[in-house]
Amino acid sequence: MHGFANPARFLRIARWLMPLLLASGVVLTASALAWGLFKVPPDRLMGDTVRILFIHVPAAWLGMAGWMAIAGASFAELVWRHPLAGIAARAAAVPGATFTAICLATGSIWGRPTWGTWWVWDGRLTSMLVLLFLYLGYKALADASSRDGGNGRVAAVFGLVGAVNIPIIHYSVLWWNSLHQPPSISLGKSAIDPAFLWPLMVATLGFSLIFGGVVLARMRAILADIQAEARLRRKAMAEPSGELANA
Amino acid sequence: MAAIKPKHQRLVLLVIALAALLAAALLAMWALRSQASYFYVPSEIVADPPEADRAVRLGGMVETGSIETEADGVTMRFVVGDGTARVPVRFSGIAPSLFVEGSGVVAEGKLASDGTFIADNLLAKHDENYVPRELQDMNEHQVSQVVAETQ
Repeated sequence: MHGFANPARFLRIARWLMPLLLASGVVLTASALAWGLFKVPPDRLMGDTVRILFIHVPAAWLGMAGWMAIAGASFAELVWRHPLAGIAARAAAVPGATFTAICLATGSIWGRPTWGTWWVWDGRLTSMLVLLFLYLGYKALADASSRDGGNGRVAAVFGLVGAVNIPIIHYSVLWWNSLHQPPSISLGKSAIDPAFLWPLMVATLGFSLIFGGVVLARMRAILADIQAEARLRRKAMAEPSGELANA
Repeated sequence: MAAIKPKHQRLVLLVIALAALLAAALLAMWALRSQASYFYVPSEIVADPPEADRAVRLGGMVETGSIETEADGVTMRFVVGDGTARVPVRFSGIAPSLFVEGSGVVAEGKLASDGTFIADNLLAKHDENYVPRELQDMNEHQVSQVVAETQ
């Protein structure tokens, strides 16, 4: 398991995996969205409004999956002290927050014509908004601790504790009466007609690949940052009278 | 007993902490289960009517054949049911386009003393089914058959 935690080996793999994920993700997403926006028949009740499904559902899934990635990586960081795990967790924060925001925005746009309101404080919507705030808090905490030379363990604990919200989001529509509909897709069966389901699956896969590519790109950027900083520090130590020593 | 590796100690501690955290959160959510609901269903309204001046939300299915529009053209009456209880509702205003008979609705308003729910806002509740227009003229049974066949 520690083999994957070797930054040099990781960088060798990420160098070709990242563009591969991004390219295949963009192709899949573009074709799924074209299919969903132009080919798919309108819904019996919602009409063309149903098409927002193909962005909303993948965004919701990735918003939640992003936090699960943060929690998993934080766990590995705390238990095994993986050098890459903390970096992976930090790298997932911005794409996760972005997809959560997309989910909230598209859901709001869908809700106006469908429900008759932009926003309600029901269980699902509220817990999803809480997830967005958790992402922002995690990002601020992780950035602050890395700037102050901390080891990021506080952020890792926050990432684990915040994962409690994920089952709450999922079960909010089952535990509590809510305006948001219960899940359409559960293990093995779907209340979504195949005409909508297939483009939805492809869009979800495509967005997930893009998510993976973005996380790898951000991990490479963070590693490069750490390297540059270490180099600067070495340089500053070598010439104590130089400008860098004052920095 | 052999000394426990710090790695394993951290693993055990963290798993216990997470289990405790999850249990605490689930208990809290369980305690919230009635307060955090977005609306009351008709059987709850009938069993325990809210005070006349308290704003509540009523959610349920619009009974088929119950929507009537009054002479002024903007006031409508319909019945919201949940299979066990029924509550008549009066509403003046613009209903969302998904507000149809046999579909879910959330009405915001107050319960009048005569047992009629006076709604000042309606929200249509969409269910979890997504079906194309070609299938809409079939009845529910036919649709579920077609969906089952194509899956």
